[in-house]
Amino acid sequence: MIEELIKKASAKSAKSTSKASSVVISSRLRLARNLRDCPFPNRADITQKREILSNIEAVLNHTSCMKKGNFFKMEELSSLERKVLVERHWISRELSEMEEGSAVSISSDQLCSVMINEEDHLRIQFIKNGFNLNALWKTVNDFDDLLEDKLPYAFSRKFGYLTACPTNLGTGLRASVMMHLPGLSISDNIEKVIRASNQLGLAVRGLFGEGSDASGHIYQISNQQTLGESEKDILDRLAGVLKNIIEHELNGRIKYYENNKEKLIDMISRSYGILQSAHLIDSDEAMNHLSFIRMAIDLGFLPEEFRRLIDFLFIEIQPGHIQYPDSNISVEIRDIKRAQILRNNFKKLPSLNFDK
Amino acid sequence: MSNKLKCSLCDENATVHLTQIINNQIQKIDLCESCAQKKGVTDSEGFSLAEMLSNTDYSSNSLQQNCKSCGLMLSEFKKSGRFGCTVCYTSFESFLEPILDEMHIGNQHIGKLPVKCLENISKGEQITLLEEKLQNAIKCEAYEDAALYRDELNALMESLNADSNNDNL
Repeated sequence: MIEELIKKASAKSAKSTSKASSVVISSRLRLARNLRDCPFPNRADITQKREILSNIEAVLNHTSCMKKGNFFKMEELSSLERKVLVERHWISRELSEMEEGSAVSISSDQLCSVMINEEDHLRIQFIKNGFNLNALWKTVNDFDDLLEDKLPYAFSRKFGYLTACPTNLGTGLRASVMMHLPGLSISDNIEKVIRASNQLGLAVRGLFGEGSDASGHIYQISNQQTLGESEKDILDRLAGVLKNIIEHELNGRIKYYENNKEKLIDMISRSYGILQSAHLIDSDEAMNHLSFIRMAIDLGFLPEEFRRLIDFLFIEIQPGHIQYPDSNISVEIRDIKRAQILRNNFKKLPSLNFDK
Repeated sequence: MSNKLKCSLCDENATVHLTQIINNQIQKIDLCESCAQKKGVTDSEGFSLAEMLSNTDYSSNSLQQNCKSCGLMLSEFKKSGRFGCTVCYTSFESFLEPILDEMHIGNQHIGKLPVKCLENISKGEQITLLEEKLQNAIKCEAYEDAALYRDELNALMESLNADSNNDNL
């Protein structure tokens, strides 16, 4: 079902010439919205959920953004297909475990996805490469206005947008920025950053959200508070902290390079060698080596234009993507396929140049 | 880097690593996300709604309190951290306020206002007000006033209905 979508996505991200930024991989904004007079999904029966779903689907079909997009009802997707959508960050793990009555709508440009009957009736999200919160907010806000015009949102003057869980109350806005932080990780400063971020009311998670580990030195940093602060203040506060983290990350890399030059060059060269020639590799090992290659690009050891390719490989080597469309392949075959993809792609890369 | 720890309870990859000192002995356990949640293990640095709710004192009577619309009991909310419907926010408001104070920056929404939604809220408020006036007018036998209120009320109801019909398009 999702074959065409995935093909299109892979082709698009492989061809993309837009510049990927060095520390921030992507920015994502999510709004939680509910319809008034309907119970939240966890308390709605299947008839109510179907009705909510069809009301929202009808409205989405009229938006220019979703008109030519894809709409999937959860019960129509295999577990492997769901896994692939999670790896693309189009749906949450929670939605991937839901059955009839829940669905996802993905826009034709693949930047927007709307989950229906996840924890809330609507979860609207936009993802873009790079560090782009204000521009992204304008897009999300405009899209939300379009839906608000047609759907009777649950809203109270006191509590703002009403959500199933009070942690999302108020603006319903979760802003999450995916960051590549190898410098802080290898210099053992990442714990400090996580603790400081937590104290400032921000959550730090791994690549795939809650509970996932930070393989590839990739972290998602997001706001936790949604009530008592405007959308702009939430985004400004998050951006302020992130700018600080970016600075610490870049300084961390330079300092590490100055103090441990041979060690860093060795780590990067080994990663390059392994990705270029391994025949069996699991996703964790691959992620960690790709992380060193991404940092090598940032340090100027490889041309900048390959950063996009590395970001693309981070997703393409995930277990679901490697298996797809064959759901029955063994772990060993997966590791063989993964190594093959990496070898093929690394043929395109020039040699490391440490003279710069 | 590739030899990942497995969850001690199932075979999934472990992402929660808990170290406890029990009777001067260090006990280590590795859990996957879902087992950690089932066992109530949460990140002490991070923010935990479950923990906050379980630390809030409720008398056993209040736990039996129901939402007047969806019937959700406060005890169910305490367990899941999820409300059943929008009316739960009014039904459990007094329990919610201390939780919101701890959870968020403030307890009053400052942010985007959905224009159309607010129109309907204020229409709803006007309707309640007019209904009261109408009843009073009838009680006082001021039938001319009552007729005026009735017309105004009908017009408002009509415009509200028109809105919700458009909503269901």
